[in-house]
Amino acid sequence: MTDDIIIRIRDLKTAYGSHVVHEDLDLDIRRGEIIGIIGPSGCGKSVLLRAIVGLKQPAAGSIEVFGRRLETLDPVERSAIERRWGVMFQDGALFSNLTVRENVEVPMKEHTKLGPELREELADMKIRLAGLGPDAGAKYPSDLSGGMRKRAALARSLALDPELLFLDEPTAGLDPITASGFDALVRKLQRALGLTVFLVTHDVDTLHATCDRIAVLGEKHVLAVGTIEELRTVDHPWVQEYFGGPRGRAATGH
Amino acid sequence: MANPVSPDFALEQGDEGSVLRVSGDWTVATVQEVDEPLRDLAPGTPLRLDVTHLGRLDTAGAFVLDRTLRAAMPGTEDSAEIIGDHAAARSLIAQVHAVSAPAPPPPVRSGGIMAMLERTGEGFLKIVTETIATLAFLGETLVTCGRLLVTPWKLRWTSIVSVMEEAGLDALPIIAFLSFFVGMVVAFIGATTLSDFDLQIYTVELIGYSELREFGVVLTGIVLAGRTNSSFTAQIGTMKMRQEIDAMQTLGLKPMEVLVAPRVLAMVAMTPVLTFVATLAGIAGGIMVGWLSLDINPGVFIERLRTSVPLDQFWVGMSKAPVFGFVCALIACRQGLNVGGSVQSLGHATTTSVVQALFAIIVLDAMFAVFYMEMGI
Repeated sequence: MTDDIIIRIRDLKTAYGSHVVHEDLDLDIRRGEIIGIIGPSGCGKSVLLRAIVGLKQPAAGSIEVFGRRLETLDPVERSAIERRWGVMFQDGALFSNLTVRENVEVPMKEHTKLGPELREELADMKIRLAGLGPDAGAKYPSDLSGGMRKRAALARSLALDPELLFLDEPTAGLDPITASGFDALVRKLQRALGLTVFLVTHDVDTLHATCDRIAVLGEKHVLAVGTIEELRTVDHPWVQEYFGGPRGRAATGH
Repeated sequence: MANPVSPDFALEQGDEGSVLRVSGDWTVATVQEVDEPLRDLAPGTPLRLDVTHLGRLDTAGAFVLDRTLRAAMPGTEDSAEIIGDHAAARSLIAQVHAVSAPAPPPPVRSGGIMAMLERTGEGFLKIVTETIATLAFLGETLVTCGRLLVTPWKLRWTSIVSVMEEAGLDALPIIAFLSFFVGMVVAFIGATTLSDFDLQIYTVELIGYSELREFGVVLTGIVLAGRTNSSFTAQIGTMKMRQEIDAMQTLGLKPMEVLVAPRVLAMVAMTPVLTFVATLAGIAGGIMVGWLSLDINPGVFIERLRTSVPLDQFWVGMSKAPVFGFVCALIACRQGLNVGGSVQSLGHATTTSVVQALFAIIVLDAMFAVFYMEMGI
């Protein structure tokens, strides 16, 4: 079902004070795809993510997630929607006073009736699914390296088996080997769980390895959406520079 | 989203071993229902899994299924045979199987008397190291401040003045206000008790001695411990947590000079000023009560204060002020620099900072009292 739209954004406008970040932004995200969001630094990729998950109030326009507009929902419905997505923030945003295992258990405690024993087993399984060793569960986030923190954050965002996963720069600051491991992991999970993934990234390798489609943000709206091959033909200087530059060519093998 | 169907299972003993037939939705929302029964299920023989009637499955459901299959054939890492068609079951169970080998049990913490002794010893060592570290920090601070005072052009005047405003000037109203009311309370209590002996006029001496010698400076110290210590510790602690202090060091800036010395010097300079104001406000409170309820004219009050309360008392109080300020700033900075990587340690350090400062002020005040008594002042 390629026309099954999971996120529908229309005429979105977001602003901080008088500084307008997005204007007339339209974007559709289909169920089961991995969509990469790229764009120059400061073009509002993370703001778009925050607007979709309801952390940033749009100034105008509408955002429908799972066919519902978040701002029209009552708290119970909203909580039901929130448990259908997982968000991984840029620097992990793990709760630093909880161990990794407890971090993963937080959404389970909040949203499910799982008993403590099964919850702990499931948390351990998610931690290992995200590529961490079995001993990582008892550690505190401050004891982990940057890459491990990202994996722990991924484990937490996967805690409730969400249908929709938001990843904000998952591979930024990781070494290339760990980063490509992460790409493979996201792809594997997406296939196994049928996830829809909203991936904000700067990493051309990640785009090439994981994404079905790519949306290019710039000039306050979506410049182009399509596969890498389609974007290569888009006549816009930034897009050309991005895929035609040395890094872009190396990553896509052109 | 459609309402989930409760998960269910049935174990069938057949010719070719047992078959576990599962139905319903096995998701994170529903799987708790079958968790206990599946744990109790002890098939003993290798199981095959029939997923023909399985509804939705996610990793939580796959985990529970995999756990059951694994328990049926202990000692092997092979995955069990799965029969029937299901869109995701095979790949999900395989995926989960790969990562759900039971982890080795964590080392058990030993209990009993040995562990208690061990903890006692650790606690004692911690006190010793904490004391040594505090003294070391005291020494380091003194050396830094001393060096900076010899080379005053290296002092960071901007930070000093900013701290003086933030921790000194901004605290003036609250300290004056509190001290005024404490002065009033002391005067009231004194007047009530002394009036039994017709000695209300001695309220002046009561106010004079208590405010000049104790209340002005101790109240100032207590307000500083609550107000300034928490803010200093939180400021420095947050910088530590966000690695700003590491950054500072790599840029060749010394945290002792940049963060600690200005705070310590500003506090040493400002606490006497605050104490002076607090003392005046306390005496004003006393005068007010004397005037309104004891018919002691303010002029008479002040005149009697001048003649019957020696100036020494004022200097006793003021001499404690810089020490209190120094100790407060020292504790605040040390606790701030002690913060680790977590939010919890920041909260812990802030609490410790305030508690230690209050403790230090009361204990130092008692020591001062003994000292001046021996000196005969």
